[in-house]
Amino acid sequence: MTTYRDAVRTALQTLLREDSRVFLMGEDVGRYGGPYAVSKSLLKEFGEERVRDTPLCESTFVGAGIGAAVGGMRPIVEVMTVNFSLLALDQVVNNAAVMRHMSGGQFEVPIAVRMATGGGKQLAAQHSHSLENWYAHIPGIKVLAPATVQDAHDMLLAAVEDPDPVFVFEHQMLYGIEGPLDTEATPPSPWKAAVRRPGTDVSLIAYGGSVHKALTAAEELEKAGMSAEVIDLRSLRPLDRETILQSVSHTHRAVVIDEAWKTGSLASEISAILAEDAFYELDAPVARVCTLEVPIPYAKHLEEAAIPQVDRIVEAAKRTVGDG
Amino acid sequence: MTLDISRDQALDLLRDMIRIRRLEEKSAELYSKQKIRGFLHLYIGEEAVGVGAMHALREDDNIVATYREHGHALIRGIPACEIMAEMYGKANGCSGGRGGSMHLFSAKRRFYGGHAIVGGGLPIAVGLALADKMKGESRVTACFFGDGATDEGEFHESLNLAALWKLPVLFLCENNEYAMGTALYRHVSDRDIANNPPAYGIPADSVNGMDVVAVERAVHNEAELVRETSQPRFLELKTYRFRAHSMYDAELYRSKEEVEEHKKQDPIENFQARAISDGLVTQADIDAIEADAAKEIAEAIEFAEHGEWEPVEDITRHTYARDLS
Repeated sequence: MTTYRDAVRTALQTLLREDSRVFLMGEDVGRYGGPYAVSKSLLKEFGEERVRDTPLCESTFVGAGIGAAVGGMRPIVEVMTVNFSLLALDQVVNNAAVMRHMSGGQFEVPIAVRMATGGGKQLAAQHSHSLENWYAHIPGIKVLAPATVQDAHDMLLAAVEDPDPVFVFEHQMLYGIEGPLDTEATPPSPWKAAVRRPGTDVSLIAYGGSVHKALTAAEELEKAGMSAEVIDLRSLRPLDRETILQSVSHTHRAVVIDEAWKTGSLASEISAILAEDAFYELDAPVARVCTLEVPIPYAKHLEEAAIPQVDRIVEAAKRTVGDG
Repeated sequence: MTLDISRDQALDLLRDMIRIRRLEEKSAELYSKQKIRGFLHLYIGEEAVGVGAMHALREDDNIVATYREHGHALIRGIPACEIMAEMYGKANGCSGGRGGSMHLFSAKRRFYGGHAIVGGGLPIAVGLALADKMKGESRVTACFFGDGATDEGEFHESLNLAALWKLPVLFLCENNEYAMGTALYRHVSDRDIANNPPAYGIPADSVNGMDVVAVERAVHNEAELVRETSQPRFLELKTYRFRAHSMYDAELYRSKEEVEEHKKQDPIENFQARAISDGLVTQADIDAIEADAAKEIAEAIEFAEHGEWEPVEDITRHTYARDLS
């Protein structure tokens, strides 16, 4: 068994060993070993040229990553958390996402950007938000949200291999989880959603940290006699409409779980997809379980109440069958 | 003081400044005729900067420019016809009609764009230089930006990062005294822009950006020092924009007298007069240059007029390496 954190590190090691164009940069990725200890020991193996501690200037080190990618390197840029990444949004939206198109296909930006996201550690309103949907909104970039140890490894490899800018969101509550890691197997396409648990009565559609809550909810629902199918979106851009529609076409009910705020969320997008393309398959209104419309509070009980929890998922699922 | 350059050099510098001026004048005309749309930022008055700099840099160097980049692009070698077609929005433009006036690109000429987010090109330049350093290349990344960019955080962050990591970037600040319509003294606390870089350990100098020979020499010296030391350097080019910021600008923020005063420093007229008095060029040379420029521009318009529109079915092309749908 491997931790999610170690799986990311293993992928980083493989990439740094196998491709001299690859380097890692970000705040405290070197001597400190990474704020979440992901890059621990990498400085020792690969040196300061390839494991670069940056100044605290998100906009410029992400921009420099974009420039280096255009210049033929394969940079992996770590931004400590999605909250800090807002300082770099200009570079993401106005450069990384548009350079290929705006230049008529002359330049490409093969950069991989990793960052932590999500709440659950009582870090309050400047370190706990989920803003993946902001990124998923932007054409020209791709967005991945690995929920499992295997995906944490495979998706980073895929992100670096990809010729387009790829943003990988690692939920901060997942770094310590354990799971099997097979580094030899051929990984499934990172752009397809996965059925993490098959079921027949309701589809629980989630990504990142919420996948695990959905799986726990499915177990509870089973005890109550309900068979829930759990879909892990995996890729947030592009969204795998096919898998979502296939699932709902046989369960006829859907609960979308998203740690972002409900308004303008990916949960809204998925609900709209279901309304557009699965309207006649639905036996109940789509339900959304999202973060309450409030900056995430510090106090434990308030934070727990703000973000989606298993009981809210169970309750929403029961509502779709008119029970609860 | 004589120019201390050869006849050929004088002709090259003059020719390129005139090519830019005539291209810009014609572009303004075509804008009025609605052939060119969107924003159009003319380089008239600032030609000595682009020409001097491009003559000083090597073919293998990287260029990152701003949205006022027609001149840089032209002298860098992007054909006038491709620039004009791009401004028309045609598929045979240098960015396939997807960029327009502000976003001219050429991979072949290491011209990394036309950037229209003020300050946004600086981190890209730092990254290009980082890639070169890591690959062991000896090229210089020349990064153009205006005085307005020095207000931005990315300017200060980029100087810091380039100095900290010892990256071969030549920062070229085209100080035309206005951040759009806000005068220098109203947007920076220290009007001496070259005071900024030394705070980051970057040597900085200023040069008269209305003097093409001075620009060429200064940029050449600075670029070669960057190449030799693999460390960033900074050059301020003091210039002035004779025309409005863009075609939408009513120029309420400056007086006609101020503009007229600066026009006495016209980089083309002054250089031309000096070159004639030094016996380097003749009126016949100038007439020939003007005729060639007129022909080049007429051909560019012809090329743009006859260019195809990109089919709407191809609208999502180049969003990703492979279409996602």
